[in-house]
Amino acid sequence: MLSGAAVAACKAGILTEKRESHSIALLFGWAGTAAAAHMEFTLITFLNGLAYGFLLFMLSSGLTLIYSMMGVPNFAHASFYMLGAYVAYSIAGLLGFWPALLVAPLLVGAAGAAIEHYGLRRVHRYGHVPELLFTFGLSYLVVELVQLVWGRAPVPYRIPPELDGTLFVLYTTAFPVYRGFMLLVAALMLLAIWLLLRHTRIGLTIQAALTHPQMAEALGHNVPRVFMLVFGGGCALAALAGVIGGNAFVTEPGMAASVGSIIFVVVVVGGLGSLAGAFIVSLLIGMMQTFAVAIDQSLGALLAALGWSPPSGTALAPLFHLTLAQVAPMLPYLLLVVTLVLRPKGLLGRREG
Amino acid sequence: MTPMLRLLPWVAVLALAPLVFPQSGALSLLSQMGTMILLCLSMNLLLGEGGMLSFGHAIYSGLGAFGVIHLMNQVGAGALAVPITLLPLAGGLVGALCGVLFGYLTTRRAGTTFSMITLGLVELVSAAVPMFPELFGGEGGIAGNRVAGEPVLGITYGPQVEVYALIAGWLLVCGVAMAALRATPLGLMLNAVRDNPERAAFVGYDPQRVRYLALILSAFFAGIGGGLAAINFEIVTGEYVGAARSGAILLFTFIGGGAYFYGPIIGAVVGVLFSSLLSAYTPAWQFYLGLLFIAIVLWLPGGLAQVLDHLARVLRARALAPALARCCARQAAAGLAALAGLVLGVEALYRLSLGNLLGASQASLALGKWVIDIHGVALWLVAALLLAGGIALLARGRLAWRAAWRTAWARVEAFEGRRHG
Amino acid sequence: MADTPALLVQGLHKRFGRSLIIDGAELELRAGQRCALIGPNGAGKSTLFNLMSGRLRADAGRVLLHGHDITARSPQTINRLGLARSFQLSSLFPRLSACDNVRCALLWRLGHRYAFWRRLRHLPELTARAHAVLERVGLGPHAQVAAAALSYAHQRTLELAITIAADASVILLDEPTAGMNRAESQAMVALIREVTAGKTLLMVEHDMQVVFDLADRIAVMDNGRVIACDSAAGIRANPRVQQLYLNRSGHAA
Repeated sequence: MLSGAAVAACKAGILTEKRESHSIALLFGWAGTAAAAHMEFTLITFLNGLAYGFLLFMLSSGLTLIYSMMGVPNFAHASFYMLGAYVAYSIAGLLGFWPALLVAPLLVGAAGAAIEHYGLRRVHRYGHVPELLFTFGLSYLVVELVQLVWGRAPVPYRIPPELDGTLFVLYTTAFPVYRGFMLLVAALMLLAIWLLLRHTRIGLTIQAALTHPQMAEALGHNVPRVFMLVFGGGCALAALAGVIGGNAFVTEPGMAASVGSIIFVVVVVGGLGSLAGAFIVSLLIGMMQTFAVAIDQSLGALLAALGWSPPSGTALAPLFHLTLAQVAPMLPYLLLVVTLVLRPKGLLGRREG
Repeated sequence: MTPMLRLLPWVAVLALAPLVFPQSGALSLLSQMGTMILLCLSMNLLLGEGGMLSFGHAIYSGLGAFGVIHLMNQVGAGALAVPITLLPLAGGLVGALCGVLFGYLTTRRAGTTFSMITLGLVELVSAAVPMFPELFGGEGGIAGNRVAGEPVLGITYGPQVEVYALIAGWLLVCGVAMAALRATPLGLMLNAVRDNPERAAFVGYDPQRVRYLALILSAFFAGIGGGLAAINFEIVTGEYVGAARSGAILLFTFIGGGAYFYGPIIGAVVGVLFSSLLSAYTPAWQFYLGLLFIAIVLWLPGGLAQVLDHLARVLRARALAPALARCCARQAAAGLAALAGLVLGVEALYRLSLGNLLGASQASLALGKWVIDIHGVALWLVAALLLAGGIALLARGRLAWRAAWRTAWARVEAFEGRRHG
Repeated sequence: MADTPALLVQGLHKRFGRSLIIDGAELELRAGQRCALIGPNGAGKSTLFNLMSGRLRADAGRVLLHGHDITARSPQTINRLGLARSFQLSSLFPRLSACDNVRCALLWRLGHRYAFWRRLRHLPELTARAHAVLERVGLGPHAQVAAAALSYAHQRTLELAITIAADASVILLDEPTAGMNRAESQAMVALIREVTAGKTLLMVEHDMQVVFDLADRIAVMDNGRVIACDSAAGIRANPRVQQLYLNRSGHAA
């Protein structure tokens, strides 16, 4: 199907003799043939990208709410993700996975609420810079705390046997049950948040307090308590992501750092306080990263497929030997910098940070 | 006091330090402190003077370091005839150039957005480093030899004391320059932009331009610091431009205190003591550093420099009433007890988790000759008691302390009011 | 050249969302004139100020300063062209001393730009002029006090000092006596009269006593337009103004 379109496009390109459409036709042709031959690869990568994107969304949904509320990014958010994984590991060791799924987010959420009450609230008085620094120092501290209690090596936090298996087989690759489970939990969580914010009284109060705290307080709502709840709730969401993601990916002290900066990209690019924006950008980055890492083509080869031959011997020549997989780690940050410079509100945000 | 005279104590400290601590290990520590002080001072040009919180300061020092190590190798290969002494300047120029390029992107926005852009940039640069192995040396980084080129006046930079002298010299020059910068039109407007960027515009200054220039200058000095580090360690790795290094510089500068010129100096010294000295005694040093940082953010946002400054002012105003001194001693004792309990617990915890990994024989807690049983209950009871007791006493003495402090501070303000009026 | 008005506003429009705040405002001030801008709350006085000084961008219309079009220029450009404004809520540099506050206001005027190679200590004219300004407004003894530590009245005075320091030819004052008692108001009025002598002055005021004391022309705004601009007597006799103030019962003019 795609190849037919590619052929048509090629013909159109040759007939009109425009270089751009020629290149686009070539791109379609290449993509079409590549996809047809790698349908399996595309679909599996798509599903993996989807799972990663949903995980990112679970993490960044809490962060965008907290960022919108505090006006400053919470650097410790990914640390609560990590805490969730570790706490779940300990609880799962004692009581099993399913109690851990319930208890770990609650515990971490409670810890988050306590931190907001005793720490963040006090620092809020000093201004934005100390607030930022507090969460920054907290992120640092939590990593050390985790290493203190659980050690520096990765811990064997495993997928529970009842969820360990193959959901379905696509061509020759197996899609694990657990990935499906992750997708399910993330989707349910999204639904729950949406319902909470839109259709309950407390959700309404939260929405009001997020944008107009003084007015909400003047109307009699306990705004500090709302903040504490939102913060604790956000941390619980992050912990839930950790409970689920920790055993799918590896649970180790470096897990917060590796995912921490990416979720900032998601929140900033998606727009402050916008759950929809966070959702779109999470999926975008999830797909982008998964596909980029899986495509082991060098930039030069990609450009050659488009009909452009990179000049060799120039200073930029080594750039073209880089594969897309090597460049992949840079892409989200490139997106972040470009967004912040050109459109700091992000895609769907309503105000600048 | 004329400025030359004010400089004298600093020169004396720099000159005498290696005489007081002549061991090679101590000299190495002093050299590290020197470069870190320079980095923190350059950071404070943004943080304290400009109110700009940058999470990517190490980009400038790191790239400056890479520049210098490459040049050093060129000198060593005989392709370049520049004395090593002047190489840090090249690092500064590299840093300034990066400041011109990256700073244009970052200073277009202010406040939290600026901080986020710097975060994005530092991650971008970190991710880009493995992509250019000729420039950045991949995993192993780029190594060099500081004993390169013709010795000038017999100085080869082989012995550590000569490297220390180089660092001290550059630190002095740059320190004076940065101190002087605060009292220039740009420095004053930088403070103005920090305090009220809108009003700065309404008195005729473009806040963005002010910040941009400040960043270029800050990057220049950071580049010099990076270059000195390259000469000192003779190796530069990708970690030099990373977010972790930037975070460390930020941590140290804030711990020292951004509102005072000597704040970053204190912060850098404390930071290097933690990372290079304390690290030899306990694996939990980063935890303690994090705790110190959080404590400062929560209770002493002015940093250690503010503590010293307030103490000096209290003493000068002769406001140190016996009540205050007693409160202070009581709180200090309670604090020490809590700290002892914390340290005991943390060290034991580390040994325990290490023991789980390496086997019980590997991990033991020893206080001098006295080996403590980390599996016994007694240890944990003592630690918990000290910690809880200390915190309880601190909480109880808080009101009295605050009252005593307030009276003392009122006397300080009255005293200073009389002096100014 | 003598014919060019110091400040000319033509057909200014500004919309916030769906609300049209400024709806075709027109104003003309000749050099040396002192005009007070009055009107009911919500008439758009502060917005007009913000449009003139570059804090907001107009949707349509023009603002001309001595014949130069300053409609879409940045606040700093407008200031450099000779327009200075004060703020209703004192906008100072809180951590800087009063003297440093004024020095900031003088720096560009004295041509120092973004210089970082010259120290302030070696610029005696700068400090001398700053102290002169502070003496003029009566803040001489408080020169070294941090702006945040000054009393409210002193902060308003410093606000005025910063505005007039650089000798701008057109001065916009936004409610300079806001929050002051009668005595402080009178002192401020005398001060304003003295330091803005010879300048073109436009000020927003609610206190009619201040208006009559300082202004020789009064502009009345309502619903985003200037409905009258005349001498005090002319305004009092103006039927539209009478209707405006009489129709809003309870609002004492």
